[in-house]
Parts: sequence; structure tokens; C-alpha cells
Amino acid sequence: MAKQVKFLQGNEAVCEGALYAGCRFYAGYPITPSTEVAEILAARLPKLGGRFIQMEDELAAMAATLGGSIAGKKSLTATSGPGMSLKMENLGYGYLTEIPCVIVNVMRGGPSTGLPTGPGQSDVMQARWGTHGDHPCIALTPSTVQEQLNETVRAFNLAEKYRMPVILLTDEIIGHMREAVEMPEPGDLTVIDRKRPTCDPKDYLPYKPEADGVAPMADFGSGYRYHITGLNHLPDGFPSNDGKLAQADEIRQQKKVDDHYDEIVVVDEMMCDDAEILIFAFGSTARSAKEAVQMARAEGIKVGLFRPLTIWPFPDKHLLKYKGKVKRVIVPEMNLGQTALEVERVLKGSPEVEGIFQIDSEPINPITILNKIKGGK
Amino acid sequence: MARHQIRLSGSGGQGMITAGIILAAGASVLEGKKAIQSQSYGPEARGGASKAEVIISDEEIYYPKVMAPDVLVALTQEAADKYSKDLVDGGILILDDLMVKTAPKGNWKVYMMPIIRTAAEKVGKAMVANVVTLGALNEICGFVKPETLEKAVLSRVPKGTEELNKNAINAGIELAKAAKAL
Repeated sequence: MAKQVKFLQGNEAVCEGALYAGCRFYAGYPITPSTEVAEILAARLPKLGGRFIQMEDELAAMAATLGGSIAGKKSLTATSGPGMSLKMENLGYGYLTEIPCVIVNVMRGGPSTGLPTGPGQSDVMQARWGTHGDHPCIALTPSTVQEQLNETVRAFNLAEKYRMPVILLTDEIIGHMREAVEMPEPGDLTVIDRKRPTCDPKDYLPYKPEADGVAPMADFGSGYRYHITGLNHLPDGFPSNDGKLAQADEIRQQKKVDDHYDEIVVVDEMMCDDAEILIFAFGSTARSAKEAVQMARAEGIKVGLFRPLTIWPFPDKHLLKYKGKVKRVIVPEMNLGQTALEVERVLKGSPEVEGIFQIDSEPINPITILNKIKGGK
Repeated sequence: MARHQIRLSGSGGQGMITAGIILAAGASVLEGKKAIQSQSYGPEARGGASKAEVIISDEEIYYPKVMAPDVLVALTQEAADKYSKDLVDGGILILDDLMVKTAPKGNWKVYMMPIIRTAAEKVGKAMVANVVTLGALNEICGFVKPETLEKAVLSRVPKGTEELNKNAINAGIELAKAAKAL
């Protein structure tokens, strides 16, 4: 049977993805351009036995999101840059205490309150380093409304599998545009649930990892009593000030992501095989780049698009294939060169990275990219 | 079919974004074409220039924004002046005769029509001006089949307003027919 096709807004598709993944708890504080996520889930979750709560601010919303997850429900929160800034303290708590959840950041323009109704991509480094301390990070960057749905499901899967917060880093253009989405039936997409302990509750150690580096997580209230703290802690969850143990534990947490690069990092490489010029673009800017690549190819220019759906961990391994192979690399992004820095780090000057950086809260026009492609260095 | 780039503009609250969603949803879900709807708006809830953009094509659409519209609907003078600047040569300009006193000058096919007055006086509710617009726009441009438009409108309007909205579509079609005959 043909799949059901719906005409959805990007933020609406995030909700569909979350519900498909089994999300049953949302805590948030509304902010443009993410508010539709809260609005829709406020209506949908209670009908599915889930809960929605609007908290007094984003700090509390992040705390409640973590709490929902500790209680055993897949939990979501959505916000934009200013709200993301406020969530950072509790997000860091979520990393150290290894609490799975998904945070959607629908990026808008500017620092501070900035340009509330326009798009931006300036939170790439915030996603990676916005909260203090070393910690692993997974952030996904969809480019279509269909991907808003599918990548939200994937974000939940990665959160559950690796027991950590995962960020869906999207933007106002993808969040607010509408296009046709093929609705997945149950079973079409993989849905992963966290490992739960099977041992006797008195033997349970909440931070004793299994072979994959991840410890089973018990639902609070299910009979497994354990301690959670933002202090570095021992396998039993109680604080320890032992620096050597803390170092080993944080390296173990980082390795949960590093050791599973192939499972986590997804990149769409379009027309890259014979490319002499590589465009590196993500999110809505990748759509502009795709249009520009088509235009340039029509003129016989050998250009390809490298589009990461996983921006963190950075797709080093995929990108390294082009080191010394392509003549030019162009990075268009709606910020002043955040991803370009990472591309430079990977390619180490072979070739030099050329940027198209724009922060006027307008999408980058494909013609701007085409002109850069044709203009030479 | 070539790629159509349509801009529906007016003042916040006139329903231009809803109209854009209905048109694009009809083209994509009901007729299997590629369609994207996007919008831009200011921080105001009502008033301020508001525009919805729709792209309809047989080919995949990557860049979701309108680069050079071939059709512009403007229900206010401000929108007409602001958004007609990049309307392509030979493009179609649909204006409301109550709100737009001075039609912008250009090499376009201009339809000056009593959209808002028809909604208010003939159909009976000024609120359905956006649906009157859709009826007229689709009659002039033929983006989707008439029955597709009706189905798309009816799937997005509140229960109990079906007749009102059908009347609004038909009133729009009549306006366009009259304008085309001129």
C-alpha cells in the first residue's frame, strides 16, 4: 500500500518523529521559531498517555526534561538560541549524569535576542561547547521536512543507545517551511529503547558500563534505588573527588561517541566522485548549495556537495577522503565561519577553505554560491 | 510544467500564509507535484508586511525560497510596492482594488480585482478574502485542477464553514473570468 503523504511544517515533522520514536514527555518554554513543537505536543501528548509541561523558563525546562527521562519516559525539549543558552547548565548535568533526551534548537539570527523571526546557523559551536567541561556531543542537522521527522527518530535512538543528550540542530527555514512527507508506518524506522537493568536491585550499579561503554539505566521509581549527582562519581553514583577516576570516566564517556563514529555519522555526498570543487554545507544552506551544484553542473563545472546530517561528532573520516584530492573547498554557512574552522582542521590546507559567511538573517542565495564556484579563488 | 514561483502578500492576519499552504498542499499531496511553502513575517502578530511563498514544480525543489516570482498577489499597497520589484518580466500581478490604490508599473499582466469587497459583500465574510484570492489565482494560472483546489481548501477549514468557503472559491473564479474577459 502506498504510504500516507502529509504536507507538514518542519516543526510539525519534529513532533511526528518524536511521537514515532516513543517520546512521551515534553518540557519547554516557548520561543520563536520553535514554538510550534511545544504547541503541537501540548495537544498530542496527553492523548497518548504522555505529559506536557510548560516550565517557568528554559533552565527549569531542561531540568524537567532530564527528570522525565530519569523517570523512564523518552523526553524532548525544543528551543532556539537564547533558550539554548539558558539550558546549558542543566545540559551539562545531563552529559555527566548520562541522561538520554533530545534537545531541538531551531536556530534563528544573532546573539542574544537577535533576529527572532529569521534564520541563522550560528549555534554550531554552542552545540559542541556551550556547556562547560569536556563531554561527548551528538548533533544532527536535517535539511528537509522529511529529515526533520527521520532525524528526530534517529536523535532519540542515539540518545537511548549511548545514554546521553542529543541535539537536533535545525533552523528557522527548515522549521517553518512545509513540504510533503511520507509518513512512516510502525516498523519502517528503527526505534531503540535504552538498556534497563535486569539484575537484583541491590546489585545495581548505575554507572558500571557494559562492553559498549554504556551502563543500563533504571527508571526512578521502579525499585532500583540509586544516586545521581553532577559531581564526578563512582559506578554506584556517589560522588568522588578522585581525579584519576574522573578522567577515566570522562574519557569513557567521550569514547561512547568516538568508538561508534560509523554508527553515528551520516553524510550525504552528492556528485562528489569526480568533483574538483567541494561544497560543504548543512541544514537549510545545503539546499541552497544543492541548487547551486545543479546549476554549475549544467555548465559543466565539476562540483559536488558534501552534506553532513551529523555535524557533531564532526565527519572527519568522510571529509578526509577529499584532502588533497579536490582543488577547492567552499563552505557557505549562516554564521561567520564556525564550521569552516572544523573543515580547515580536517583538511589542513589541502586545499584552503573558502567561506561564504552571511549573518543578515536571509538564506544564502544559490546564485551567491554559484558565483563563488565560477569566480575562482 | 515549468517551475512556478508564487508570492502571496498582504498584511499579517489576511490569511496569505494559509492560502499558500492550501495551494502547495493541494499541488503536492493531491496531485503529486513537488511543492514547497515558506513564509516570512515580522515580530508582529497582526499587521506588518507578511508574505507566503509557494514553489510548484515537476522537478525536485532544493532552494525553498522564491528567487524571482512569476506570480505576485498583493492585498495591500505596501505589499504591492515592496514585493513587485522582483516580479519577472511578463509575470502576473494580482491586486486588490480596495487596498491597492496605485498599481506598480512594470511589464506585467495586471489583474486589479475587488477581492476583499467580494469576500465581504458577496460571500458575506471579509475573512474569506484569502480563499477568494485562491479561486481567482488558480483560475488565472491553472496551477491545480479546480476540484483539487476545492478539496485542498475544504481539508483545511473549520467544520461548518464548507459552504462559505466553496462560495468564496467560486466567487474568486468568477472575478478572474470577468477580469480575463476585459
